[in-house]
Amino acid sequence: MEQDLTKSKSKIIWLGDRAKSTWGKRQNIEGRAAQIFLLICALLSIATTVGIVVSLVSQSVGFFKEVSIWEFLTGTRWTPILIPRSYGVLPLVVGTLLVTIISVIVAVPIGMGIAIFLSTYAPEQLRRIIKPVLEILAGIPTVVYGYFAITLVSPMLQKVFTNMLIFNALSAGLVMGLMIIPMVSSLSEDAMMAVPQSLKEGAFALGATRFEVALKVTIPSALSGIITSIILALSRAIGETMIVTIAAGATPKMTFNPIDSIQTMTAFIVQLSLGETPHGSLEYNTIFAVGLLLFLMTLIMNLLSQWVVSRWHRRY
Amino acid sequence: MTFNTLNYSKMYNRRIAMRKGIGDAFYSLFLLSVLVGIIGLITLLVQVLTEGIPWLSWRFITSFPSRHPQEAGIFSALMGTIWLMGLTAVFTVPIGVGAAIYLEEYAPKNWLTRLIELNIANLASVPSIIYGLLGLTIFVGWMALGRSILAGALTLSLLVMPIVILASREAIKALPLTYREAAYALGATRWQVTKSVVVPAALPGILTGVILAMSRAIGEAAPVIAISALVYLTFIPTSPLDRFTVMPIQIFNWISRPQNEFRGLAAAGIIVLLIILLSMNALAIFLRNRYQVRTEV
Amino acid sequence: MQNSNYLYNSNILEVKNLNVWYRAFQALKEISLSIPRHHVIACIGPSGCGKSTFLRCFNRMNDLIPGTRISGQVLLDGQDIYNSGVDPTEIRTHIGMVFQKPNPFPKSIFDNVAFGLRINGFKGNIKEAVESSLRRAALWDEVKDRLNKSALTLSGGQQQRLCIARAIAIQPAVILMDEPCSALDPVATLKIEDLIAILKEEYTIVIVTHNIQQAARVSDYTAFFTMADDRSGILVEFGKTNEIFSNPKDKRTEDYITGRFG
Repeated sequence: MEQDLTKSKSKIIWLGDRAKSTWGKRQNIEGRAAQIFLLICALLSIATTVGIVVSLVSQSVGFFKEVSIWEFLTGTRWTPILIPRSYGVLPLVVGTLLVTIISVIVAVPIGMGIAIFLSTYAPEQLRRIIKPVLEILAGIPTVVYGYFAITLVSPMLQKVFTNMLIFNALSAGLVMGLMIIPMVSSLSEDAMMAVPQSLKEGAFALGATRFEVALKVTIPSALSGIITSIILALSRAIGETMIVTIAAGATPKMTFNPIDSIQTMTAFIVQLSLGETPHGSLEYNTIFAVGLLLFLMTLIMNLLSQWVVSRWHRRY
Repeated sequence: MTFNTLNYSKMYNRRIAMRKGIGDAFYSLFLLSVLVGIIGLITLLVQVLTEGIPWLSWRFITSFPSRHPQEAGIFSALMGTIWLMGLTAVFTVPIGVGAAIYLEEYAPKNWLTRLIELNIANLASVPSIIYGLLGLTIFVGWMALGRSILAGALTLSLLVMPIVILASREAIKALPLTYREAAYALGATRWQVTKSVVVPAALPGILTGVILAMSRAIGEAAPVIAISALVYLTFIPTSPLDRFTVMPIQIFNWISRPQNEFRGLAAAGIIVLLIILLSMNALAIFLRNRYQVRTEV
Repeated sequence: MQNSNYLYNSNILEVKNLNVWYRAFQALKEISLSIPRHHVIACIGPSGCGKSTFLRCFNRMNDLIPGTRISGQVLLDGQDIYNSGVDPTEIRTHIGMVFQKPNPFPKSIFDNVAFGLRINGFKGNIKEAVESSLRRAALWDEVKDRLNKSALTLSGGQQQRLCIARAIAIQPAVILMDEPCSALDPVATLKIEDLIAILKEEYTIVIVTHNIQQAARVSDYTAFFTMADDRSGILVEFGKTNEIFSNPKDKRTEDYITGRFG
C-alpha cells in the first residue's frame, strides 16, 4: 500500500514539473513583466507629486536667495516687475481669498439648496434630468466663464456700481461661484442620498415634516460628505486660474472691497507666463515661489478634506 | 381636524401649520437654488451663442489668426488642440489604465498602496496651473523639449491621469467577481485573467473615463499657457517638437483684446470648443448606455 | 381581561373596504377589519401578501412612496385619517411606528428619544419624559450612565428597544411594529415580546410578523393575509388569536399556521 502511494505521488510531481517546464514558464515571464509595468504605472503618480515639489522648490530657492521668506510672507506691496520692486505676497493672497469667499458665498447656499431639493423633494424622474444638466456647469472650460464675466456680468453690475471697473473681484467671484455650484451640489447630494431611507422614515414616523427630516436627520447624517464637498470647492476656487486672469484684474491690492480690481496668485502666474520670461531670472523664479505657496494652500485643504472623511465617516 | 380622545394631547404644542409654513418657505428657496443654477447655465449659453453665431463660418474654422478680425480664424489652434489631445491620450491611456489595474488586481494591502491611493486623491485636486509649472521646469527645461507639443502633452497627461485612474478603477470594481472566478477556475494566471477577462469587460467604463479626462484636458488653458506662452502662430505643427497653440488660449487671446470684434471671435471660438466637448460627452453617454444594456442582459 | 368593558368594546381603528395600488399594481384588495383598543393585533401571512403595506396605511407612510393610491376608509376614533383636512404629520404623532431593522438616528441615546418630543413642541420636562420612555421600554437600567453616547454603540436588541422608547416618548395611541424582531437574536426577541405584553396596557399594538409562534405568543387577535391569484393582498381571516390557531375557519389559514404553506 505504502509503496503504491509513493508511486502515484511521484507521478503527480512529474506531471506538475512538465506543466511548469513548457508553457508555464513563458507565461510567468510575461506575467512578471506585466506586473512590473503595472507597478511602475502606479508609482508614476508618486513621481508626479515628487516632480511637483521638486520643480517648485528648486526654482523657489533662487527666489528666496534674493528675497527673504519673511519679506515674502508679510510684505504688503507686490510689485515684482515695477521699480521700486517689492515682493510682499499678501496682496495676492488677499485677492485670492476675496474672490474665493465671494464664490463660496454664492456656491455653498445654492449648491446645498440644490442637493436638498434633489435628495429630499424631487421625484426620481426630475432628479435624473436636473442632475446632469447642472453638471454641465462643471464641464464648461474656465475661459468660457471668464468671457461670461467680462461680457455680461461685469457690464450688468456696472449699472449698479457705477464707479466699478470692468475688471473686478465681484464679477469673477460670482461667475466662479456659478462654476463650483455643481461641485458642492453633486457631492453633497451623493452624501444625502447615501443616508438610509430607514432613518428618514424613522423621523417621518415621529411626525416630522419633510423639511424637519432634511434639517434634523439627513443633513447631520451626511455632514462629513457635505463638509468635504465644501472644502474641495474652496480648494478648487483658490486654484482656479482663467476666470480671475480674465475678469478680476491685474492690480495686486490689499483690499476686501469686492468691486475693486485686484490680482490673485494664479492670475499673477499666468501674467508672467504670457511673455516668455527668461529662465533663471528673478521674475521667472517669482512664479515658482507664488506657485509653491498656492500648492501648499490647496494641499492643506485637500488633506483637511481627507481627514474629515476618515475621521467623521459614519456607519449608519 | 383634531383627534381628541388620544393620550395626553395637551402636553404638546405641535404648531403643525407653522411648521408646514416654514417647510414650504424653505422648499421655495431650494427650488429657487435649482432655478438659479439652470438660469445661470442658460444665460451663459445664450450670451455665447448670440455673440458668436454671426462670426461663425467655414472661413473662421479654416483661417489663421490675424490682426484683422474679419480675416481671423481658429485653424492653427484647432490643429494644435487635435495634436495635443492625440499625444495626451497616447501617454494617458496605457499608464492610467495600468495604474488602475495594478491597484484593483495586484496591489497588496500595505502602506505603499495606501500612499499611492492617498497621493492620487491629492493629485486630483492640485490646481492645473501648478502642473503647468511642473511641465515648465521638468519637460521644457530639464528634459529640453522646449515649448513643444510634446512637453504640453506630457504635462496634460499628468494633469488628467487621476481622472483616468479613478474612472478605470470604478469600471474594474463594478465587474462581478464571478467573471474572474470562472477564469481562475480554468487555471488562468493572474495576468491572463487581467488581460483576457478584466480589461475587455471593463473597457466601456474605461473608455468613458478616458473621454471625460480628454474633455477636461481640451478646455484647459492655464497649464498650456505656462508651457507654450502666448504665441501668435500662422503655421500648422507638423512634429511633436513644434511650437503650438490651442483653442482655449486662442479664445483667451481674443477675450483680452479691447476691440469688440475680437470678443465676437472669442464667442465663435467658444462655440466650436463647446461643440467638440458636447460631441465627446455624447459619445461617453452612448458608451455608458450600451454598456448598461449589455450587463443587464 | 384586564381592560374595562367599555374599552374592550370600543375599536380604536377601523378599516373599511381598503384598497391600495402601487401604480397599476393592486397591493391590497377590499380589506375591512376593526382593531380593539389596548390589545395586540398580529398580521401574518406569506411574503409579499401586503402585510407591511397594510401596516403603513395606518400612519400614512405609504404617502411617501410616489405612485401610491388608496380607496376606502381608515378610521381613528371614528374619524377618517385620509380625509382631505387631515395632515399625515399629525396622524404620525398619534400612531407611532417601529421598523423592521433598528433605525436609531446617528445621534446620542438621549437625543434619539428627545427627537419626537422636540419637534412636536413638548411642553413638559424633556429629561423626565426621556427617562420615563426609556424605563417603559425596559432600557433605562442599561443606558442610564451613557445617555450622551451614540445610539449606534448599542446592540441590535437595545437599538430596537431604543426605537420603541423613541416611539412611545410622544405618547401615541397606537404603535405599529413592522417585523420588529426579524433582525434580532432569540434572547433580544424574547425581551421585545415581554415588552409588548407590558406596553399593551397603555397602547394598542399592531404587529406584522413572519414568525407564527411569535404571533401566537404575543397577540390577542390575528389577521391572516394571503395573495389572491392576481398577487394582490387579501384578508382571509381575522379573529381572536386562540380561535384562529386552534380552530381556523379557512383552509388557507390552517395550511399556513400548520406550516403546509409559506
